[in-house]
Amino acid sequence: MADLTTTFCGITSPNPFWLASAPPTDKEYNVRRAFEAGWGGVVWKTLGEDGPPIVNVNGPRYGAVWGADRRLLGLNNIELITDRPLQVNLDEMTRVKKDYPDRALIASVMVPCEEAAWKEILPRIAETGCDGFELNFGCPHGMAERGMGSAVGQVPEYIEMVTRWCKETTDLPVIVKLTPNVTNILGPAQAAKDGGADAVSLINTINSITSVNLDTMSPEPMIDGKGTHGGYCGPAVKPIALNMVAEIARNPTTHGLPISGIGGVTTWRDAAEFIALGAGNVQVCTAAMTYGFKIVQEMVSGLSQWMDEQGHTRVEDVVGRAVPNVTDWQYLNLNYVTKARIDQDACIKCGRCYAACEDTSHQAISMSPDRVFEVMDDECVACNLCVNVCPVEDCITMETLTPGAVDERTGKTVEEEPANWTVHPNNPSATAAE
Amino acid sequence: MTEHLRASGVAAGRVSQDTVEANFSDLHPAYAPHEAMVAADRCYFCHDAPCITACPTAIDIPLFIRQIATGTPEGAAETILEQNILGGMCARVCPTETLCEQACVREAAEGKPVEIGRLQRHATDILMEKDVHPFTRTEATGKTVAVVGAGPAGLACAHRLAMHGHDVVIFEARAKGGGLNEFGIAAYKSTEDFAQRELDWLLQIGGIEIRYEQALGDGLSLSGLQDDFDAVFLGMGLGGVNALSLEGEEADHVTDAVAFIADLRQAEDLTALPVGRRVVVIGGGMTAVDAAVQSKLLGAEEVTIVYRRGQEAMSASKYEQDLAQQKGVRIVCNAAPVGIEGNGALSGVTFAYTEARDGKLVVTDETFTLPADQVFKAIGQTLAETPEALKLDGRKIAVDGAGRTSVAGVWAGGDCAAGGDDLTVTAVAEGRDAALDIHATLAGAS
Ligand SMILES: Cc1cc2nc3c(=O)[nH]c(=O)nc-3n(C[C@H](O)[C@H](O)[C@H](O)COP(=O)(O)OP(=O)(O)OC[C@H]3O[C@@H](n4cnc5c(N)ncnc54)[C@H](O)[C@@H]3O)c2cc1C
Ligand SMILES: Cc1cc2nc3c(=O)[nH]c(=O)nc-3n(C[C@H](O)[C@H](O)[C@H](O)COP(=O)(O)O)c2cc1C
Ligand code: SF4
Ligand code: SF4
Ligand code: SF4
Repeated sequence: MADLTTTFCGITSPNPFWLASAPPTDKEYNVRRAFEAGWGGVVWKTLGEDGPPIVNVNGPRYGAVWGADRRLLGLNNIELITDRPLQVNLDEMTRVKKDYPDRALIASVMVPCEEAAWKEILPRIAETGCDGFELNFGCPHGMAERGMGSAVGQVPEYIEMVTRWCKETTDLPVIVKLTPNVTNILGPAQAAKDGGADAVSLINTINSITSVNLDTMSPEPMIDGKGTHGGYCGPAVKPIALNMVAEIARNPTTHGLPISGIGGVTTWRDAAEFIALGAGNVQVCTAAMTYGFKIVQEMVSGLSQWMDEQGHTRVEDVVGRAVPNVTDWQYLNLNYVTKARIDQDACIKCGRCYAACEDTSHQAISMSPDRVFEVMDDECVACNLCVNVCPVEDCITMETLTPGAVDERTGKTVEEEPANWTVHPNNPSATAAE
Repeated sequence: MTEHLRASGVAAGRVSQDTVEANFSDLHPAYAPHEAMVAADRCYFCHDAPCITACPTAIDIPLFIRQIATGTPEGAAETILEQNILGGMCARVCPTETLCEQACVREAAEGKPVEIGRLQRHATDILMEKDVHPFTRTEATGKTVAVVGAGPAGLACAHRLAMHGHDVVIFEARAKGGGLNEFGIAAYKSTEDFAQRELDWLLQIGGIEIRYEQALGDGLSLSGLQDDFDAVFLGMGLGGVNALSLEGEEADHVTDAVAFIADLRQAEDLTALPVGRRVVVIGGGMTAVDAAVQSKLLGAEEVTIVYRRGQEAMSASKYEQDLAQQKGVRIVCNAAPVGIEGNGALSGVTFAYTEARDGKLVVTDETFTLPADQVFKAIGQTLAETPEALKLDGRKIAVDGAGRTSVAGVWAGGDCAAGGDDLTVTAVAEGRDAALDIHATLAGAS
């Protein structure tokens, strides 16, 4: 059986599944139950300065986007960092860590952007016995208006500065949690690295309005007729998170920086995908908030089964395996030619491929009076739209033309040698292929 | 209340009030709102959808289902009613398993079609509960049309004519409208007086007057109607029934199934409606199934449908046959009645097995007798006497595609007209299309 024990920037946990800093990790009661359910680690709900506790709204703090059968696809929240007194959290963390020494316990922290504030709080938190810190530069609402959270995470200089203060203060690993609310994730990631971060974690939530109540003309979640942008998370954000993780993993100067992958991890497969794109472990929030702590059992068994099937014995063996295959558009092989193929036995004749191709693509599917749908190779550009809209799995597939075959659309023979945009004759700055 | 399940002969009160209510509750109950969303989500929004082609009234099914899925069931209802003004009743009574749902691509894919009928009911129920009538009349044309029969064909025709500004008078032989919606459809398909509620709702369009207890051939003549109106539409259904031509057919408790069903539909209290302990139903169509199933639901102990050909030839759909068997009705095939037993006091029916020889059905010498204290004949309805001027096609009124009869200015549709299945939805389609042709004709003539 695969060994799921993971060591992430020096912190060991029995499996790579951590609960992200959020309501599931808000208090001792939750965290004990999470550990009993099998979670490898938790990032405690973000701690703030000592003093009067944070105040949350008293109306709805979540909004949602649903799919069929009300499956939760995206969640949005306007919650702030912990609203419980600092000392209560610290006492609880101490007790939990003592009882679960083999699990990872990370303290998430967010205090104002002042050196003294950070340097004072970290040692105090370290006394709990926690395994490391996560600097919350991510939350996009509320705290950001007070100059914290994503207000820091959007300015690389601040990230670097605060990270450096923290590294000067503690010997424990420092993980910098990044906000996706930036145009290029590499700036913040590089800044974290330059400040001495041991790892980055991403993504935090995405600025969003989940919906508008058309009766009250207010955004959801609505508080007394008004709403504000909240942070989006859950399955809907996974593609965005995967790309950001991959960007950091493949960028030469940030490559090798440990990444904790977050954003829409709902099943073992999602976790495996993050890990393949360079994450050393994953963090989960929405899936636990939707289904409860028990889902970790599926994640552990699923990942183990898949690793066994693939012959991987340790999680490290998988980390970053897909990274070499993430490239820029200009390096994609333009001599790779495919054509859509419809399996007539599987086809249920719904005509969706036809409507999609005819109305919005390349008019490459024909429809006979008795509803037989066929791809016209001389028109098919292999865009994949028909594959994506067909309701029957594997009914339409892409067939790769073998070298020597003729692409009926272009009349050209498919070449054996790959060739990309950098050598394409239409590219004014092409370098002659040699 | 006590039950008298095993009371001999034809008796009322075999099952208790509670049992009767449970037995005659909705066959396809309304969806809860979330169920409807889940069901609607299964529709693929097919291109040139095969389900539309399979619906005799050509309702834009993918569109109305998408309107449900996006939270506008009222708009969905309008899409439905635009094509089929009795969309509410059709949602309850259409044999969808042989119409739209049979054609649904998900039936081909997984044997589980999108539940078009129930979704149609969901949308139309919501609109009708709000008592909204989404159609208005165009400017009055001053033309008048006589419609004979307030069944589905007549009502669909009248409504479409009224929409186009014509004034319609419906002459209805009975004291109540709705035709077989009111008197024929199985009680568990049209619950809570739906036929009358739908009729009242339909009449909100205005411009339609119904004159009850006025029958063509009984005080009214076709030529009289032609004189008084600019056009005439005949939608009088099938008033007659086929006979077995057997001795003893006139015995007590040997009844036409349609008459029994009509009594059942009009009964205030079903526990007061008598039914036999042993019931034999002769026939193989929807009427036979409905009579048999409802006898069973009233508490008959043994109910047997006997059909003269093979089961595959039954005109009741597979779904209806399964329903009958699931309710405990026995179906015996390849047997034809040859004698009514009991010397005036019915005791049973004797059948002879049949065989197909050279494509012809032949009665063999091998017979058996089923004990019976009630027999229902469901061997087909026929056109009652019709005005002589009308040409017939087989045993029905001959019509062209738009419902024109052989007499200029007279149209016909529904069960009384040749062509098409004898179904509510077909009657609606024919009534609607005849109205459009009448409208075009009247517009051309003015
Ligand atoms: C027992 C039974 C069950 C059925 N179940 C179903 C089902 O589940 N689903 C389905 O789709 N179809 C079903 N059908 C068929 C369906 O009811 C008919 O196809 C449909 O009602 C035909 O409509 P129509 O308007 O042509 O005739 P009808 O519904 O028969 O209406 C004719 C109207 O004309 C009136 N009338 C008759 N003669 C005269 C006259 N001389 N003058 C004035 N008025 C007259 C009648 O009183 C009646 O109101 C069933 C039929 C029967 C008998
Ligand atoms: C209600 C809620 C509160 C959150 N609070 C915090 C927080 O205090 N600190 C933090 O770093 N991230 C917080 N997050 C972000 C999550 O830790 C996580 O980064 C994000 O939800 C994406 O992961 P997911 O798709 O698995 O939910 C919160 C998320 C939710 C839904
Ligand atoms: S989830 Fe719990 S706390 Fe939240 S609104 Fe519902 S009942 Fe209240
Ligand atoms: S989308 Fe798929 S199932 Fe539908 S017609 Fe096209 S190939 Fe057939
Ligand atoms: S055939 Fe079925 S899936 Fe396609 S549009 Fe009609 S109901 Fe929807």
